[in-house]
Amino acid sequence: MNEAKLKMQLSCPMPKLDFDIITLGHGSGGLLTNRLLDSGVFNLFKNEYLDKRHDGAFVNLEGPSAFTTDSFVISPIFFPDSNIGELAVNGTVNDLAMCGAIPQYLSLSFIIEEGLSMEEFWKILVAIKFASEKAEIQIVTGDTKVVERGKGDKIFINTTGIGKIHPKANIDLSRVEIGDKIIVSDNLATHGIAIMSVREGLEFETDILSDTRNLNHNVSALLDEFGDEIHLLRDPTRGGLATVLTEIARDAKLGIDIFQEQIPIEEQVAGACELLGLDPLYVANEGIFISIVNPEIADNYLQKLHSLEGSTHASIIGEIVKEHTGQVVLTSSIGGKRVVNMLVGEQLPRIC
Amino acid sequence: MKFLTEYRDAALVKQLLDQISKSVTQTWTIMEVCGGQTHSLVKNGLLSMLPENVQMIHGPGCPVCVTPLNLIDKAIHLAEKSNVILCSFGDMLRVPGSKKSLLQIKAEGADVRILYSPLEAVDLAIKNPEKEVIFFAVGFETTAPANALSVLHAYEKQVGNFSILTSHVLVPPAMEAVMNDPNSNIKAFLAAGHVCTIMGIDEYYPLVNKYKIPIVVTGFEPVDLLQGILMCVQQLEKGEYKLENQYSRVVKSQGNLRARNAIDKVFKIENREWRGIGNIPHSGYEIKEKYHAHNANLKFNIKIDKVSECKDCIAGLVLKGIKKPQQCSQFGTNCTPETPLGAPMVSSEGACAAYYHFHQANNDLVSIS
Repeated sequence: MNEAKLKMQLSCPMPKLDFDIITLGHGSGGLLTNRLLDSGVFNLFKNEYLDKRHDGAFVNLEGPSAFTTDSFVISPIFFPDSNIGELAVNGTVNDLAMCGAIPQYLSLSFIIEEGLSMEEFWKILVAIKFASEKAEIQIVTGDTKVVERGKGDKIFINTTGIGKIHPKANIDLSRVEIGDKIIVSDNLATHGIAIMSVREGLEFETDILSDTRNLNHNVSALLDEFGDEIHLLRDPTRGGLATVLTEIARDAKLGIDIFQEQIPIEEQVAGACELLGLDPLYVANEGIFISIVNPEIADNYLQKLHSLEGSTHASIIGEIVKEHTGQVVLTSSIGGKRVVNMLVGEQLPRIC
Repeated sequence: MKFLTEYRDAALVKQLLDQISKSVTQTWTIMEVCGGQTHSLVKNGLLSMLPENVQMIHGPGCPVCVTPLNLIDKAIHLAEKSNVILCSFGDMLRVPGSKKSLLQIKAEGADVRILYSPLEAVDLAIKNPEKEVIFFAVGFETTAPANALSVLHAYEKQVGNFSILTSHVLVPPAMEAVMNDPNSNIKAFLAAGHVCTIMGIDEYYPLVNKYKIPIVVTGFEPVDLLQGILMCVQQLEKGEYKLENQYSRVVKSQGNLRARNAIDKVFKIENREWRGIGNIPHSGYEIKEKYHAHNANLKFNIKIDKVSECKDCIAGLVLKGIKKPQQCSQFGTNCTPETPLGAPMVSSEGACAAYYHFHQANNDLVSIS
């Protein structure tokens, strides 16, 4: 496990409680709710906003801001080196970062299926604390509801985030131009395959870890240096790289060329994709982002990425072209070409 | 990924393409039998690299595409029962039955699960003794050994609540059906490497001799496929017809004897209906009497009204390589990957889905959905 994560776990031992599982009463708003919140949320995330214990948070917004929300319903909730809690913070932090925003405030809502053990909930809370401190975002408001057994899947988390737009950022789909380079920040498909490796019925032995991480500090550093030469940022989460690129091509009414040779993917992940019959282009990612930048700065941009934590495998994977409007065309590693499409539904493993 | 990257070598690919171009003097129509080969041709962009006078026709070797409508309806009917866990390989879930797909009834509350191995379904049955666990055993000779093993395990361990709904089809009779069609224009076959890994290659000699047609047992990587195509082209140009094995690093002439033994124990050959093609004699596996307790078809006495296929769908002609998908009146209008009228538009291996994107890309590129 990541050393910092381990340190955080050790420094936040679970308090002694007179209940070991969460029941419907913990979501009633009454005494049990207060005990759960006092021992958990307020204790761990202590800050000036939460200390007011009001119905909402009083915050200052300065100038142009970004605002985003996301719900996390992943199964299983614990996966190699991480859990749903860290994902719920990073997911929203990263969506803000993709808007060119510096994350400031986060709301945190739980929908818990009764029967979740306090130990599991505590691990999730500690992961949230770890992720929010790392991303330097303040948890300012939240909610906890408990639903009957069978009405949920252990725990669902919703987070909403607000961030201040970076003074040099000018990120918009309309800024994407012919000739722009497409840069992916690190290895593809790692998160999705880490999740698959622990999913019930599919377990296989691997040391692939989820790549979930906050991207905001790296994005800020890039914006400081390259400012409005960065035309678009996107994180290819669900649906993977293929889906994000096809959305961009369709919405910008431009063509996209990508080159399989240039797409970074760890060998173990590529091997697992082969075995499982999955195309890594469609597998989910949590800790990488795509930048579409002015071609003149592309090499320097790549160099900068290589110097930052979590983007050592960054690579220029393609460019925006005027041909085949609305479509993404991949040149395979052997030189053949094919169109990359959006998935119709969920990616399903093939029979043979 | 040793043993894979060598077969995706760009220089070798170029060399083989050059050799094919140099060898070919007229147009040849070659059918790749297996859906996995179609998938690889498309995924690697090989179709855009072959010379124009080498025409690849996508064969009927897509198990999802040839599973009869009636059988999908049966699986759906079984899965809708409250005490049933229906297990299946992944890409079977999206294929539409006459009214719904397995994916749809899963959303409606049926317990439908995606597994990678039928043996997992036996474990599931042991863990859930109050449920009936049914494995939708679809596929060619490749998936038959694992399905046979699951039946043998269940029989030995007396797992009474496990059964399989079989729709096993066999490759050689399908190739014969393609050749027997008077409209067929196929001049050579790439035989399915994985099927031959199990069954060996001996059963293809009679086909070569009867139809005087080259058959090359071929693998799935770009270099494999191009080598297979080159071997076909060289035979055709010389006017020869023989059985060759491009995939000899995997395929032995007698096949995998242990796997064949498992198949022989559990299955017998019988006539089988193929979606879009119709009944082909001696073209499928059915469970032998000894294991009837694990035969879902008999165990549940399913009576489903037979619904005829959509009249406008020409899947059969496409599967036999007689018509190209875009020659269908419904292609790209009423029939798309989101609203498929026939299975070849659903499966990622299906010829129609591949051509649907080909059509989108101004006729010069192919995609997989």
